[in-house]
Order: sequence, then C-alpha cells, then structure tokens
Amino acid sequence: MESFINTELSSRKSLNDSDYILQVEELNAFYGSFRAVKNVNMSIPARAVTAIIGPSGCGKSTLLRCFNRMHEVAHGARVEGRVMFDDNNIYATGTDPVRIRCHIGMVFQKPNPFPTMSVLDNVVAGRRLSSLWTKRSEMEELAEKCLRQAALWDEVKDKLKQSGASLSGGQQQRLCIARALAVQPEIILMDEPCSALDPIATLKIEDLMRTLTEEYTIVVVTHNMQQAGRVSDMTAFMLMSDDRAGELVEYDTTQRVFTNPKDKRTEDYITGRFG
Amino acid sequence: MAKHALLPRKMINFFMLGLCALGAGAAILVVCLMLGYIMVQGLSFINLDFIISPSVGPGQQGGGMRDEIIGTLVLVGLGSLIAVPLGMLTGVFLSEFGSPRVASAVRFAADVLAGVPSIVIGVFAYIVIVSPMKSYSAFSAGIALAIIMVPVVARTTEESMRLVPLSLREAALALGITRWRSVIFVAIPGALTGIVAGIMLGVARIAGETAPLLFTALGSNFPFDDLMRPISALPLQIYRYAMSPDGNWQEQAWAGAFLLVMLVLVISLVVRWMSRKRRT
Ligand SMILES: Nc1ncnc2c1ncn2[C@@H]1O[C@H](COP(=O)(O)OP(=O)(O)OP(=O)(O)O)[C@@H](O)[C@H]1O
Ligand SMILES: [Mg+2]
Repeated sequence: MESFINTELSSRKSLNDSDYILQVEELNAFYGSFRAVKNVNMSIPARAVTAIIGPSGCGKSTLLRCFNRMHEVAHGARVEGRVMFDDNNIYATGTDPVRIRCHIGMVFQKPNPFPTMSVLDNVVAGRRLSSLWTKRSEMEELAEKCLRQAALWDEVKDKLKQSGASLSGGQQQRLCIARALAVQPEIILMDEPCSALDPIATLKIEDLMRTLTEEYTIVVVTHNMQQAGRVSDMTAFMLMSDDRAGELVEYDTTQRVFTNPKDKRTEDYITGRFG
Repeated sequence: MAKHALLPRKMINFFMLGLCALGAGAAILVVCLMLGYIMVQGLSFINLDFIISPSVGPGQQGGGMRDEIIGTLVLVGLGSLIAVPLGMLTGVFLSEFGSPRVASAVRFAADVLAGVPSIVIGVFAYIVIVSPMKSYSAFSAGIALAIIMVPVVARTTEESMRLVPLSLREAALALGITRWRSVIFVAIPGALTGIVAGIMLGVARIAGETAPLLFTALGSNFPFDDLMRPISALPLQIYRYAMSPDGNWQEQAWAGAFLLVMLVLVISLVVRWMSRKRRT
C-alpha cells in the first residue's frame, strides 16, 4: 500500500505557520436550513497539493466551493465561519467575491469550456471579460504560456481558432486548467478533475498538478485514493456525521493518513478499498 | 375478472388513439387546405408588377402593392426596433436577475399581455398616442406592434437563457468575472440562436396583424414619407381590397395574402431549422 505514496514529497515539508496560505476556522456550510459541512478547521499549506477524500455526499465539493466563495452561488446557500487568505477573512463583510475568485481559481469535475468561444478565447476569457480592453498580442502570449503550463500547447497550437468544445474530454479539462491559470491565481481548487477522463489523461493531469506546485497551491477533491496518494502532500478525510453534515475526520500529511491514521474511521475507509 | 376488464380497456385505448389521430388529422387538413388555396389563388395573380408598382384606383387594371410592402417593412422594422431590446432585456431580467417574486409578477404580466386581443392593443395605442397627437401615424402603429411583440421576445429569451447550463455560468464566475459580464459574454451568446428564433417568431406574429393598424396606421394612398403620418400596410390593403367588389383589387388581395403567408411560412421553417441545429 505504501508503494503509491509519494514519500519524498510528503516528508519534505516541516511546516510552520507562515507557510499556510488558507486557514479555515469553524467553517459551516448550509443549503437553506440543511447543514452540509460542519465545524471544519484546517490549514492549507502553500505550494503544495492538498487532497480531500471521503465517501460520496459527505460535503467535499461543498467545502471546496467555500474556499473561493462559489458556495453562495447556489440558491439559498450560505456559509458561517472564517476562511483566512493571506490574513484576510474572505467572508469579512465588504469583501468582493469576484476579487477572491481572481486569487483562488477553480476547475470543475466536468470539463466546461465555453462552447461559443475559440480555444484561444477560452484560455484568456478570465482576463478579457474582466477588463475593458486587452491587447491582442498580449492575449496570444498569455494563452501560449498557460497552454504550455497546462501541457496542452503542442496538441492545440494548430487549432487555436476552433471552438473549445471541439477538443477531446481530456484536452477540454486541460483547457479549463489553462483558463484558470490565465487569471494568475495563487490557489487552484479542483473538484474531481479527472473523474471524466481515461487513465492516460488522468496521469497527464496528475503530473501537471505536481509541476504546478512550483508556483501554485492546489486543493483537489478526489474519489481515487491512489490519486490522493500519488499527488498530494496533505490529505483531509471527510465523513458524514449522524445529522448528515460532513465533518473533517482527519487531516494530516498524506503519508501519515495513509500509513498510520489516527482515527479508526479513516483506517476503515482506506483499508476498506485497498486492504 | 382481469380478463373481463381487459377488453373495455383496450377499446378505450383504441378509441382515444383514434380521437387523437382525428384531431391531428383535422389540424393538418385545415393548414393544408388553407395554404393550398392561398397558394393556388395567390400564385396565379402575383407577378413582378405587383411588387414594384403602386396601387391603382378601382376599375383600373394592373398596379400593385409596392407602398404597402414598404409600409409593412417600416412598421415591422419600427416594432422590432422597440420590442427586440425591450423584450430581450425583460427576458434576461426574468432568467438572471429577478428575485423569484418580482420575476413571477413580470412573467405573469408578460403572459397576460401576450393574451390581450390585438384589437384592444390597437384601441390602447389610439387612446394614448393617436388621440393626443391628433393624427394617425406609422409611429403609433409601430408602438402597438411592439407591445404585441415584446412578450413573445421576452418569454423566448427567458426560456433560451434558462437552457444555458449552470456549469458555464459557474465557469465564468469562478474566473473572477462579474455576474453581469458573465451574462453578456457567456449566457447570452449561448442562448443566441434561441433568442433570434424568438425575434423571428415575433416578426411573423406582427407582420400579419391587422386590427391594431386600423386604429393607428389607418392606411394611405401615398408612398411612405413621414413616421408621424398615416401609412399603408399589406394586411390593411388586403382587408380593403378583399371587401371591395372590384375584380382587380380582389385578385391583388389574394396576391398580398400569398406574400404574407409565405413570409410567415419561411420564418417558421427557418426557426425550426435553427432550433433543430441547436439541439444537435
Ligand atoms: N445545490 C444543493 N442544494 C441542496 N443541497 C445540496 C446541493 N449540493 C449538494 N447538496 C447536499 O450537500 C451534501 C454534500 O454534497 P457535496 O456535493 O458537497 O458532496 P460530495 O462529497 O462532493 O459528494 P460527491 O463525492 O458525490 O461529489 C449532500 O447531502 C447533498 O445532497
Ligand atoms: Mg462532489
């Protein structure tokens, strides 16, 4: 079981407070009166991959969407608690969610390129649609840079004018990653980014996540525990409590969560699948 | 017991099926008869002269509906010019920004407006525009037609906006794009074919309206030159010519009817083709 854990990466860090980019404090997330996430406390290290695992419906996506204020987009949804980003609470009154989302980007489970835009326009959409005027050559440069970062450039450099929907599923997902990178965020949240992809495309995206940690912080929700073991430095395990609200059961370095979990339930979940 | 119940149930089933088939058949038959009759009659009287010549008096030969065709284009253009932005804004508001209560009130108002008989809208335009301005006018007719068209455009816009998947809106928001920019640059382009289809349906609807024009455009024997003066239009002239005993005029009424029906038919076919393309 230990073979798929990236020991070198997991053990490399001995973290102190200033290395944390997001500090989640007493976070509760609601849909109407239903509490989907309960009392979550966790600190997310910068320039590392943090994985969130847990059974279906336990609130992983909900928690992730609380990190860039996408949770409140759903009708009747609301959040209590604090998420400190660079010492500022993103839920402080007067904080503009649009600004937060420029710093904390998101990649969704299902690839969702804009079908009405070309590949190139998709990549620079975040920049172009939030400024009054953009220079064409600058946008082309930015697009190339981000497509290269997303390991997609070679595959699409001849199709930049085609519709974003004309790419394969795996290419679309990398296009969405490039699109998130083009906004130049500090953190990228990914909600099961590989679940619609085949194993080869999945490996490409996993490699990509590792290289992206040179500049970015990544938080990824995944159902695939091998994936969590392969790519992440930290792992958070969530479970539904008796009142159907999701709780954070265990949060530690990936190595410890996978080899020596403190909580019995974590061990059950991990060995239940792979033991 | 079950065996006994089966026979009547099968018979009811068969009977209902027959009834539905009969209804569908009747509807298709009526459309075919009407279209066929108008085509046969219209095609035998329509010619180039009909389109490029002005009308002639009773008892004379030849002439056409040049000014009426221009008049209808002016009125439909004017109506669309007002109704398209207004209807689109309303539709976008309904699907994107309205709080559920406000939106449902606006939606209800639009539905009621869509159901108001067009003659009532004509009278309304007469009271609020024609009468204070002391003149029938193309302008007042354009307003009346716009009032008829707005709910059509608004509701189709709303429906096509709702079909734009949530995932695309979320993608835009997650890029740090503001709500209204994501509506303009992502949601509206995604709904555009549907919106255009709605506009075309609205055009088809107002192109043939006659009743509101009686109170507003009035009709005119002169070529169009002023928005504030009466204007002639195809449906008005068809009405006038068809009611007259003059043989030449009656033939031209058929040709005019043919022209209008073709317009509506072509628009309907294009809209069908567009929405089929959107689905694939
Ligand atoms: N838009 C919504 N409105 C109301 N309830 C919701 C909504 N989205 C999710 N929920 C509820 O919140 C809970 C957590 O859902 P969430 O999507 O966060 O789970 P998840 O851990 O991501 O599951 P999965 O692994 O299947 O994606 C579930 O009970 C779900 O029914
Ligand atoms: Mg989920």
